[in-house]
Amino acid sequence: MRPALPGFRLTLGIVLLYTSLIVLLPLAALGARAGELGLSGIWAVVSDERALRAYGLSFGAALVAALINAVLGLMLAWVLVRYRFPGRRLIDGLVDLPFALPTAVAGIALTAIYSPKGMLGGPLAELGLQVAFTRVGITVALVFIGIPFVVRTVQPVLEGLDPSLSEAAQVLGASRLQTFFRVILPALLPATLTGFALALARGVGEYGSVVFISGNMPYRTEVASLLIITKLEQYDYEGATALAAVMLLVSFAILLGVNLLQRRLSRGLT
Amino acid sequence: MSHAQAPKGALAKLLIGASLAFVALFLVLPLALVFVSAFAEGAGAYFEALADEETWSAVKLTLLTAAISVPLNVVFGVCAAWLLSKYDFWGKSALLTVIDLPFSVSPVIAGLVFVLLFGSGGWFYSALSAADVKIIFAVPGVIIATTFVTFPMVAREVLGVMEAQGSDEEEAALTLGASGWQLFTRVTLPKIRWGVAYGVILSNARAMGEFGAVSVVSGHIRGETNTMPLHIEILYGEYNFVGAFAVASLLTLLAVVTLVLKQWVEWRTARAARGFEGAPAEDSLEGQRALLGGAP
Repeated sequence: MRPALPGFRLTLGIVLLYTSLIVLLPLAALGARAGELGLSGIWAVVSDERALRAYGLSFGAALVAALINAVLGLMLAWVLVRYRFPGRRLIDGLVDLPFALPTAVAGIALTAIYSPKGMLGGPLAELGLQVAFTRVGITVALVFIGIPFVVRTVQPVLEGLDPSLSEAAQVLGASRLQTFFRVILPALLPATLTGFALALARGVGEYGSVVFISGNMPYRTEVASLLIITKLEQYDYEGATALAAVMLLVSFAILLGVNLLQRRLSRGLT
Repeated sequence: MSHAQAPKGALAKLLIGASLAFVALFLVLPLALVFVSAFAEGAGAYFEALADEETWSAVKLTLLTAAISVPLNVVFGVCAAWLLSKYDFWGKSALLTVIDLPFSVSPVIAGLVFVLLFGSGGWFYSALSAADVKIIFAVPGVIIATTFVTFPMVAREVLGVMEAQGSDEEEAALTLGASGWQLFTRVTLPKIRWGVAYGVILSNARAMGEFGAVSVVSGHIRGETNTMPLHIEILYGEYNFVGAFAVASLLTLLAVVTLVLKQWVEWRTARAARGFEGAPAEDSLEGQRALLGGAP
């Protein structure tokens, strides 16, 4: 029999205590305060026109950005794994930049680039597309924040993909497009979906990178996380709690749903 | 990696071109713009902006915050990784889910929960004000909120490393009569050091750059509870763009250093996995030799 390693009680004690203090207790406070409001109290806050618009914007922009990230992330992962070209390692390292760069820095930099006087914002505005201080700008910020999630989940799967699989498909007469859509893409789908969900969940609650570029106009470019802050600044803790509780529940539901879907997909493959 | 190839065909060139264009526009351009904007009025204006007293107090608070929250999460992370990789127990997967929770909580909500706990009307508010302790709109709140958002990072990294390495060497050391502490410091610690380093690098970057959570709890008191990202927001709001981008340039340098260190640790780990010097197996052999009291 293998010897039992020491330290079970000690580490269990430390982990339970620390997790309870830092994570469980604070989240329980949110749950309890939301419970005090009751369903009707929460509904009164959440069904307000301004709140609905903010939710719609947060989820809509995060969804569009996550879809863009799924396509671009798949492409970047493919290029990084399948091709050898000068600068590949540098690009591979740069993909993590949105993880490492503080969101406030990303926010002011993107705003400066895409404002009507900015390097890209100026020419785009002349073409009739205003990016900064619109929903397009919010989506741009969320694409920036979310890109590493898809690349970093797809990349290892693509690296581990057996090349003989696509060779076999081509020997059997499949065209390159058929091989990609029938053989490679299905194998990458669970990982792409995970990356998509992570980018979506991150985008829904994002604040730092969005708050500068969004313009923050109530009903139009005000995201849900900003509305929570606005309520807090007015000392409307009930309103903030209700908005946060619903946002948190929806984020958990997204992650849970995609986890289940992903399990089914990967089971279908094996 | 054997199926990687030199790009051939129009499609490959198109894909590489599109990727390069995306990386240039979305990643390199913002990075470059920070420095261009910081030096827009010359080096004199740049250093003047950095020499500002409030900037310095923001730098100090940022360093203090990371210096407290990162070590706390390292101790917790190593304990959690040990617990989750070495034992099976009831509720293990639930515990793992709870540990991951802060990843899926919006930064703004991460700040809000502490306001509900310690702020006026919160569970601990009357006890804290009786003891004259201020957490919300004060430095402790900034540190606690930062600890929350970086909570799972070290645990996740170290858990991955410990699970990949298994417990054979630990079990061998145990049969050879090592105490728990000897086992940990001489066998396990050398094996997981790069995993810990990786977690520290990533959580330090997040701790120093956190904005949303800290923004909710700090109260934005200049010279007192402003971290660097919050100070950037204030300067930017005052149309002091050189000042904002000057402070941002420091955080951007931190991000670049973080990426370089991260690549270096990944390279070390990959080399160790291929079995060159510093390989896990050899490390633990060293550990066991030291344990037995012999010189290497």
